[in-house]
Amino acid sequence: MIPFRLNGDAAQFDSGDRDTPLLYVLRSPTVGDMTPKLGCGGELCGACRVLVDGEPAYACTLPAGAVEGRHVETAAGLDTPVRRALVDANATQCGHCLPGIVVAAEALFRSNPKPARAEIAAALDSQLCRCGSHPRVLRALVDLGGE
Amino acid sequence: MTPLPHALAATPSLDRWIRLTGDGDVIAFTGKVEIGQGILSALGTIVAEELDVARRRVQVVSAHTGHTPNEGVTAGSMSIETSGAALRQASAWARRLLLQRAAARLGLAADEVTVADGELGGEGVNERLTYWDLADQPFDFEIRHRTPEKAPKAYRLVGHDGQRRIDILAKATGPAFVHDAEAELHARVVRPPSLRHRLTELDLDVAAPGRLVVDGSFVAVAHPVEFEAERLARRVAGHARWRRIGPAPRGVDLDESRREPAAAFPLRNGVPSPTPRRRMATTHRAAYSRPFLMHASIAPSAAVAAWRDGALEIECSSQGIEPLRHVIARVLGIDPDAIEIRHVAGAGCYGHNGADDAALDAALIARALPGQRVLLKWSREDEHGFEPLGPAMHIEMGASLEAGGGIAEWTHDVYGFTHVARPSPRAPGVDLLAARFLAEPFEPTPARPALGAEVGIHRNALPIYSFPNQEVTKHFVANAPVRTSALRGLGAHGNVFAIESFMDELAHAAGKDPADFRRRHLQHDPRATAVLEAVLDLCGGLAGNRGLGLARYKNRQCCAAVVAEVSVDEETARIRIPRLWIAADAGRASSTRTGSPTNWRVVPFRPCRGA
Ligand code: FES
Ligand code: FES
Repeated sequence: MIPFRLNGDAAQFDSGDRDTPLLYVLRSPTVGDMTPKLGCGGELCGACRVLVDGEPAYACTLPAGAVEGRHVETAAGLDTPVRRALVDANATQCGHCLPGIVVAAEALFRSNPKPARAEIAAALDSQLCRCGSHPRVLRALVDLGGE
Repeated sequence: MTPLPHALAATPSLDRWIRLTGDGDVIAFTGKVEIGQGILSALGTIVAEELDVARRRVQVVSAHTGHTPNEGVTAGSMSIETSGAALRQASAWARRLLLQRAAARLGLAADEVTVADGELGGEGVNERLTYWDLADQPFDFEIRHRTPEKAPKAYRLVGHDGQRRIDILAKATGPAFVHDAEAELHARVVRPPSLRHRLTELDLDVAAPGRLVVDGSFVAVAHPVEFEAERLARRVAGHARWRRIGPAPRGVDLDESRREPAAAFPLRNGVPSPTPRRRMATTHRAAYSRPFLMHASIAPSAAVAAWRDGALEIECSSQGIEPLRHVIARVLGIDPDAIEIRHVAGAGCYGHNGADDAALDAALIARALPGQRVLLKWSREDEHGFEPLGPAMHIEMGASLEAGGGIAEWTHDVYGFTHVARPSPRAPGVDLLAARFLAEPFEPTPARPALGAEVGIHRNALPIYSFPNQEVTKHFVANAPVRTSALRGLGAHGNVFAIESFMDELAHAAGKDPADFRRRHLQHDPRATAVLEAVLDLCGGLAGNRGLGLARYKNRQCCAAVVAEVSVDEETARIRIPRLWIAADAGRASSTRTGSPTNWRVVPFRPCRGA
């Protein structure tokens, strides 16, 4: 078994899955974190966004073996002001892009707790939302940064 | 007397809509589904308001055959008007019956009983009594006529600030979508290159050790491990051979050769009619178009199915589980009552996407692999290659101006393919993707013109403005080069774009201010005028590179006006929209926000006669 940490807890996966994309391993019954989503499968939409040792990564293409011994964070584990701000502001429509947006925004706020609107937009540029919830997302995060 | 809401008349038993739980909660049942519009949250608020209980006590159970009222398809922006009206009236009855029971217990008249968060009281009452103390008697009650509802001025939830979507936290933190369901088998369909290809050759052993399902040209694989199922699908795809059974579609636009054979239906009283189109001497003309549009949801379609002892259970994100159940039953040759379908959220839904097709795919695979719960997912390629597209449209506008600069004559000719191809038990064909590929195939329904008011191609073709003389004509093109069906707003999208663009061109030709030009043709419509004035007030006027659009959905629902500021980079020709302002009269809002941002405004709802 390959050990890693998931949202602060010890986790592991089968060594046969080293080359399987991390997304499938995270969502498998062995790990069971369904928050990262498959959107495009090709680093184009950000729905699969996770943090690996604090850095944003695309779980749809990253081989699971790359996170051995490292810390993976997903929206499920991020009970943070960023997630609360987005949820409290109803900042989504269907919600399928939301976990990825939570992760990308969290990475930004950790390095820059008071980002300007343009900085938020730039940090979320990789996160697609086909429903068009961007204005609400931006508003919620601008409000959070301004407080 | 106002009749009962339609859905309530169809399902009059109060228990089907409202129940109290043993532990202080209320369950509301709706046949409508959550597709990101927040309907379940809004319906729960309506029920809490009418029953006088805290919002958190109300859970909403959404579309599930046999468990919730049959409310058809969740489409057309009508769920508040239909399910909301039914649940409000059902809640009013529940409250009335509970108050009657309380009155009997407390020795008061029913109108002397007060209620706050389900707690009952009245003059001289010391006993603590709640709705739930009285709930040992279920609502064995058929609703036959209306009971008075709470006066809107007494509302403390509906239309107030701070109503939350009840589903968002779960969607941010855990399994919440049909894609996240637990399953014993993960399945993928191995698609032909196009709708016009059929299977000629496939080595049945290539899928081992996974499972292979083949029915005619419908090919699918299944494996307990999701990523293995994907690998398997790629391997099988590499071995499958297909032959073309029809010519490849030629071009994909709505060019003149396609428009030529269209059937013309001028609108008479808003309804397409097979009468000759009246000619008018128009002096100004313009043409507008839109291409085919993908839904392109953030996640490909998915569905769960399990076949056990001749019965089928399906979880999917279809907007119409009740019609879907009948159509799937027809394909499988089984009794519709042997199929149970529960709606589970999918990724963004903007109309008839792959959700229904995925349900049949999953059902076919589950039937071939009985006893196991199968989670079927489309690939990104499946989604873009096979979902129905929003149809291309071509709109030709004509007008003449009178001496004073107003519009004297107006013609609107809209050409297009069907927007209405959802699976339906009333349709002669089977409008589900896999059906045509089966060994015993079912053909899709040949496209037919939708002939009701405000549907299909001609939705919002009638202008919101009033002109002395107008002719609006739907031109139905039967043969689409690709599969088309409902995508947000149906024809409204293209028609409103054409009408509003043409209004600007005519205002320019007449040398008039675009807002003034619209005002003079809106005098019959105070609500639309109020929305127009609100957006102008909000943005401070149409100075600079600002354009205006105004419409009321289906000419009878939400009225909205938008001002867009547009900039064009003269070197790169890149178009940017730095700012938008919107004002809307959406009727009575279930939730509003205080501290509104500066670029939108809700126009207060004032019920007026005839509205
Ligand atoms: S699923 Fe990974 S970027 Fe789209
Ligand atoms: S809310 Fe649906 S994709 Fe973003």
